Parts: sequence; C-alpha cells; structure tokens
Amino acid sequence: MNNSFLDFEKPIADIYDKIQALKDIASESPELLSQIAKLEEEEKNITKRIYSKLSTWQTVQVARHPKRPHTSDYIARIFSDFDELHGDRMFGDDSSLIGGIGYLDETPIVVIGHEKGRDTQEKVKRNFGMPQPEGYRKAKRLMELAEHFLLPVITFIDTSGAYPGIEGEERGQSEAIARNLAVMSELKTPIIVVVTGEGGSGGALALGVGDHVSMFEYATYSVASPEACSSIVWRSSDHAAEAAEAMKVSAKELIKINVIDEIIKEPSGGAHRDYAAAAANIKSSLIDNLQKIGTIEINDLLERRYQRLITIGK
Amino acid sequence: MNWLTRLIPSIGIDTSTNKSKVPDGLWISCPSCEATLYKPELEKSLYVCPKCDHHLRIGARTRLEQFLDNAVYKEIAADIKSKDPLKFKDTKYYTARVRDAMKATGENDAIVIGQGHVKDIPVVVAAFEFRFMGGSMGGVVGEKFVAGINKAIEDQIPFICFSTSGGARMQESMISLMQMAKTSAAIQKLKGHKLPYISIMVDPIFGGVSASLAMLGDINIAEPKAFVGFAGRRVIEDTVRVELPDDFQKAEFLLDHGALDMIVHRKDLRAKVSGLLNKIYNK
Ligand SMILES: [Zn+2]
Repeated sequence: MNNSFLDFEKPIADIYDKIQALKDIASESPELLSQIAKLEEEEKNITKRIYSKLSTWQTVQVARHPKRPHTSDYIARIFSDFDELHGDRMFGDDSSLIGGIGYLDETPIVVIGHEKGRDTQEKVKRNFGMPQPEGYRKAKRLMELAEHFLLPVITFIDTSGAYPGIEGEERGQSEAIARNLAVMSELKTPIIVVVTGEGGSGGALALGVGDHVSMFEYATYSVASPEACSSIVWRSSDHAAEAAEAMKVSAKELIKINVIDEIIKEPSGGAHRDYAAAAANIKSSLIDNLQKIGTIEINDLLERRYQRLITIGK
Repeated sequence: MNWLTRLIPSIGIDTSTNKSKVPDGLWISCPSCEATLYKPELEKSLYVCPKCDHHLRIGARTRLEQFLDNAVYKEIAADIKSKDPLKFKDTKYYTARVRDAMKATGENDAIVIGQGHVKDIPVVVAAFEFRFMGGSMGGVVGEKFVAGINKAIEDQIPFICFSTSGGARMQESMISLMQMAKTSAAIQKLKGHKLPYISIMVDPIFGGVSASLAMLGDINIAEPKAFVGFAGRRVIEDTVRVELPDDFQKAEFLLDHGALDMIVHRKDLRAKVSGLLNKIYNK
C-alpha cells in the first residue's frame, strides 16, 4: 500500500489515516482489530465507488500517478528470464525506452516500452520517458530482430511524448517516428500493443501500430497532452481538464471509435495500488490475444493490420 | 487564421482571400523583405519574390497548376468531408471551424489530390492546403491521401506529395493521430509495388505530418528555407531554455543533418522531379 493520494481521493485518504492510527495502537488493544477490519472494508467500498465514476481529468491524474507501475515493473512481473538489449547501433542507447527478450510463460517474445523512471536520479537518466530518435531506432532494431527470429512483439506505451529538444531535431526525431510507423505496419510477426499509462502523441504512436491494441482502464491516449491541446485550441493553459474531456482520452471513449480493441481492468483504485494484480491482468490479456493472433497466417495478419489502420477515420 | 498563427509566426500570403494592403488586391508585400510586389508578375515567378528569392506560401490548387503540365489535373476523392468523429467543442464547435475554413478556402479540407502529368510522366500529386486549419491532418486528409496512393497503385504511376502542415488536428485527437500510421502504411503499400514516392517539403511542416508521410519519401526534397521539424520552435525553447539559431529547422539545416536528399528552387521543381522519376521509374 502507498500513501500518496490524489485530490479526489481525499475520502480514501481519511480512512487510510484512521486505519494507520488504529494499527499503531492495535498491538496493545487487540479489540481494535475488528474496528480496523470494518474500516478496511469501508475503504475498499469508497475506493470502488470513487473509481467507478472518474471524470476524464481524474483519469489523466491516475494515468500520471507518481506511483503508477512502469514498464520495468510490468516486465519483472509478467515475463521470465528477461534480457535487456541495448542501443540503436548508430548513435547511442536511449534509456527512456527499454527493450529485450524474455518468456511469456513458455513463449519467447520481444518486449519494448517507454520507461519514465522512479526516483529523481532515475527519472533524469531516463529523460522522464521521453525518447530521442535513438530510442525509436533502438525499438525499430528490436522489432526487426523479432521479425527475423519470428518472435511476437509486445509494446508498452507510457510517455508524455517524444522529447522536444535540439539534438532530437538534428538527429531526425520526425524521421525516427515516421520510420517506426512504416516498419510496424508491415512487420512480419504479431504485434500486441498495451497502453499502460500515458499515451502521448506521436511519441506514443511510434510503438503503437499493431494487431491488437489494448488499454489499461485508467490509461490515456491522445494526439497531444491536455495541456498542449488547451494552449493550442483554447489559447490558454487553463483548460486542460476540458481538453482531456473533448479529446476523449480515456479507454472507455476510445473503444467506442475503434481506436483500441480492449480495455484491461485495473485493480480497484488503480494499478498503483496493486502491482501484482495489475501485471497479472495484463499478462492474461497478452496470453489470450497472442493465442488468437498466433493462429493467423502471416499474410492474413498483415492484411488485417492494414485494414485496421486504413479504416480509422473513414 | 486561428490557433496556428500562435504556433508559427508569419502566416504568409494566400492567393485569394488575404487582405492586401492595397484595395484592388494586385499588390502583395513580401513577408521576408517587405518589398511591394505586383501580383501578375509574382504569378509568373511562381510566387517567389524576385527581390529576395523568398518562396511565398501558395494554395494547394496553385501548387498543382504550377507543377503539372498545362496546369491540368483530374481531382481525386474531392467530395470527402469531415464527420466530426469526437463531437469536439472548445470555445467553438469543430463543425463550425470546419465550415469557416471551407468558406475561407473553398476547399473541403486541408489537402487536394490531382492526377496529371509532369513533363509527360503520369503522376498522382497530393498538395496540402495550409490555409485550411493550418494544413492540419485529420481523418479527411488521411483518407484522401490514401485514395491518391490507391490511384497511383491502380494506374502503376508515381506518387508525389507537397506537404505543408502545422501537424495533427487537435479536434480529431486519436483519429488524427492514427492518420500518421494510416498514411505511413499506405506509403509502404506503394513502395511494395516499386512505385516511387517523392516527398516535397514546403514551408512549414511540423508535428504529425513531419513525423509521418513527409519524411518517408524515397526521395525527400524541400523548397529553400522551408521550416520543417518535429517540435515547434517555441516548445523546444521552453523545454531546453536556450535561444535557437535562426537557421534551426530550416531546409538547409535538415540537409546538413541528413534528413533531405536535396533542396530545390520552386522554378526547378518540374525539371528536377521529372528527371529523378525518369531515372528511378523506368517504364
Ligand atoms: Zn522578398
């Protein structure tokens, strides 16, 4: 359990504080245990109630929650014998994006995902999960490796966007993203995409072309951050919440317009409350879908992938 | 213009509706050197300033007419219109913004696709219309772009795109974002047929159009001094807190950094592109 609560979680935080207070003295007064159990039940119910009707803006906050599990947390819990593979073979190794080979149960797979980093030092090292061109080129290299050895590709999306910097422009940020879109559209191996946290703009989509696209219940996916949309469309940064609503960034909206295929349930109160349960839900979705997609002949799969893209916005 | 004026300064002239300083609309002030230019003369110089060589912004149809033999083209997928997939509303309904843009430009959306010839080579040409919501790419642009590619495949002829765009269209959010993948996938289809795709970058191109169809040419060309980048200048300046050099993200900068094959003056485009096509598209 953790103790960082969002504003709208105040009722949960209040009960949590009471529970902690009782627990501190429970060793001396065992009669409090039933009281604690009662409060815990209440905490569960309130959490469920609040999370059953999150506004879009509240969903954005959950997707960005500082304790939300990251790609490395999922990799550790979903795959076994994971070997991280580094570098784009051209310029460097961008650690805002991690990838490698591991097993999904018995099946060897290639997994690639954005990694935001946890503590300040790691966040800086990982550039807050905002890749430079070499990150996307590393991802492309690993996808081509997967194609070569006929391994399925699994991608985890969690980024506020590609990094807007001088060096990125010099080294072709646009080209790196565009190239991934082109390569993924005809990569001859199954690709499963999971939007786990923030799906921000082209920097997210550069890992987002696949045969099955799922989204975590409280993840978001949009063409720009709500803040950027607010300043572009409303000409002021004060309308981020409205922008999030208008852009329909949540999974339950995006499934209606066929941008995603599946919503993966999160543990009550969000993935950050139970890493193991969150990872287990993703894992069972991956196994199900890989089984289904794995039976499709590769040319049919590519045609299906193409049709999926080509019909969006028709 | 609307939101894009904030992103990219100096929205240039347009050829039909811009308020000229002179009432009869025969005179245009060069956005670069501010020389007063006589419009009929400017038309002859393909809207390149005779004083400073600045390439003025031109509309999609002017582009097609300049580029194609006898200024003749057959339009493809002309009737596709936006359906407001998200029912988007900010301070104004998206449908109203589209209506205003249609009225101001006479176009249905931000791209025009034409089939014609360049120096006798049959081609399909796409041209972005920057005056239509900053040339932003939503579902209609993606759909028309793909229709153009499909036509090129059907007739087994090259495809050329003149891109100029502020990027994705916010009001279509994910539908807009997915057009990046859709157009990129269609380009790969074209390439699978061994048909050339020439990307010609025209001032300005940013965001989602830069990071998809514009960069994927078999040959990437830009007009002189065109601004092309992923992130806008202001966003980068706000992020890295450094003042950027004047040539940052200009075509010459892109050429230096390996993103372009060449920079071609507007007056030489027909000759250069047809020459390239003759070499790589041997039929
Ligand atoms: Zn001039």
